[in-house]
Amino acid sequence: MGLLYGLLAVGLALIFGLMDVTNFAHGEFLMLAMYLTFFLFMFWAVDPLLSIPLVAAGMFVFGAVIYLVIIRFAMRAKANIGMVQIFATFGLAILMRGLAQFFFTPDYRSIPASFLGGKTISIFGVFLPVPQLVGALISILAFGALYFFMKKTDFGRALEATREDAGAVALVGIDKNKVFALGWGLGSALIGLAGGVMAIFFYIYPDVGASFALIAYVTVALGGFGSVFGAFAGGIIVGLVEATTAMILPPSLKSVGIYAVYLLVVFVRPRGLFGSI
Amino acid sequence: MDSFTQRRRRDLILAAALAVIAACVPFFVKDVYVQNIMVLTLMYAALSQAWNILGGYCGQISLGHALYFGLGAYTTALLFTKFGVLPWFGMLGGGVISALIALALGYPTFRLRGHYFVIATIVIAEIGFLLFHNWDYAGAALGIDIPVRGDSWAKFQFTRSKLPFYYFALVFCCVAWFITWWLEDSKWGFWWRAVKDNPDAAESLGVVVFNSKMGAAAVSAFLTAIGGAFYAQFVSYIDPESVMTFQFSLLMALPAVLGGIGTLWGPVLGAVILIPMTELTRSFIGGSGRGVDLILYGAVIVVISLARPDGLLGLFSRRPASKGVSQ
Repeated sequence: MGLLYGLLAVGLALIFGLMDVTNFAHGEFLMLAMYLTFFLFMFWAVDPLLSIPLVAAGMFVFGAVIYLVIIRFAMRAKANIGMVQIFATFGLAILMRGLAQFFFTPDYRSIPASFLGGKTISIFGVFLPVPQLVGALISILAFGALYFFMKKTDFGRALEATREDAGAVALVGIDKNKVFALGWGLGSALIGLAGGVMAIFFYIYPDVGASFALIAYVTVALGGFGSVFGAFAGGIIVGLVEATTAMILPPSLKSVGIYAVYLLVVFVRPRGLFGSI
Repeated sequence: MDSFTQRRRRDLILAAALAVIAACVPFFVKDVYVQNIMVLTLMYAALSQAWNILGGYCGQISLGHALYFGLGAYTTALLFTKFGVLPWFGMLGGGVISALIALALGYPTFRLRGHYFVIATIVIAEIGFLLFHNWDYAGAALGIDIPVRGDSWAKFQFTRSKLPFYYFALVFCCVAWFITWWLEDSKWGFWWRAVKDNPDAAESLGVVVFNSKMGAAAVSAFLTAIGGAFYAQFVSYIDPESVMTFQFSLLMALPAVLGGIGTLWGPVLGAVILIPMTELTRSFIGGSGRGVDLILYGAVIVVISLARPDGLLGLFSRRPASKGVSQ
């Protein structure tokens, strides 16, 4: 679970941390990805495991389009830019939830019999559910690829530079909108990966994103803004803390542990664990 | 400076005129449904005004004000149902408790900046929500049903008419507005704007940044809790889902942001536009259960926040609304 939070958070970290844009529609992106997986399965019988790359690709396009249509304008505001972003994306979240209710109906859905669903595997006598394991594996691979991408490729460096100083990068011929649109696409594709995996073992309904979104923000902030590694580490910590809290406190209070740990960390280190901003 | 004084006098006259008009409206509008919307509009205007003191003037974006709202509502409801304490005392008690908690929470959180601060406020409110959700004495997830003990001002209960609630909400809204008006010209108001614009520069000029934030938080939390207490009496039933969720914190900030953040009239304008729109779309097209009201509501928020990032108030003044005060 922690690794999945990690993956979800890395997607957000890319948007939220690296581009310094608050995205309150993150959970709704996840919801969309889960529905995509669901419909691919229902109509074309594509197993979630195979559809994950398709969903990621779809989400890439979606994220880039959202940036070009909405976020680009939200970033142009001169005064209180933070609030404009918060409420533009909050409005987007409500809009997406409404559209999901309209087109997909508010019913709870789940993918009945997928290739991996419900299977468990025994490793050294410990039974682990296969979908979660595959999710963890995908998370690690995706994180590795992203880390490499951010540190070693021109695009990754361009992205960081653009956040630092959009004016200066324009001088060396980097188009800010192009870079950020790709960044949004990439971030959304990561959410697509997470959504594809999570569709296997979570119910899918229009409000599903809300329950994960807050945890994703906390994860990013816990790891520290501006750090991809931090978001991943944050995800693992959040997963562990949640599991530990669930053992001590009643299950309905399991998030309290995560929130408390976040508060403790930022009170001691106001920039999160690995944050640079 | 002269134009500033003039503007303030003009604001005061305008507010008094609007208040008188608002007080007369119920003589012409007898429809209970419409009156209900008017009460909610006034309540949100006041709540947003309270949020605006901390979020707008002082620049500390809190998305956890549902905590104070919930504390106000729960203090009043618990004292009344368990000990028979009149809601008026509960209201004041809730306000004081919220202000104290805001100070206690402000002590560690005001060192945080930017997103870290915003997320801390969300997370703290969420912890409060979860605790109340699991607190059996306070009804846990089921909440508290406030027993009807007959209509009276002493018990602040009115089952037959909504008018008393309307007038209380109007007074509440006027008080919140007046406090903001008064603080705007006090040393606190100037400190807050300095803290918002550049905390480091303010500190170097002798503004005690930390204390300014604490002051703003206490006033803001107190007023928000009064609103919570009012809401509890108004709907006579509260549960954590209805008074303490994150969604609610956003709804308190939304009128101020859409109307004009950090301005005197922004919250009022935002609430007058937003709340009737929300309620009307909900009841006229939300009945289908298919989320059409959400689609419209979300779209309007996106469009306004993109088209008028300074708030709708900018449409009414020749100068940019956010700079009006400093001139």
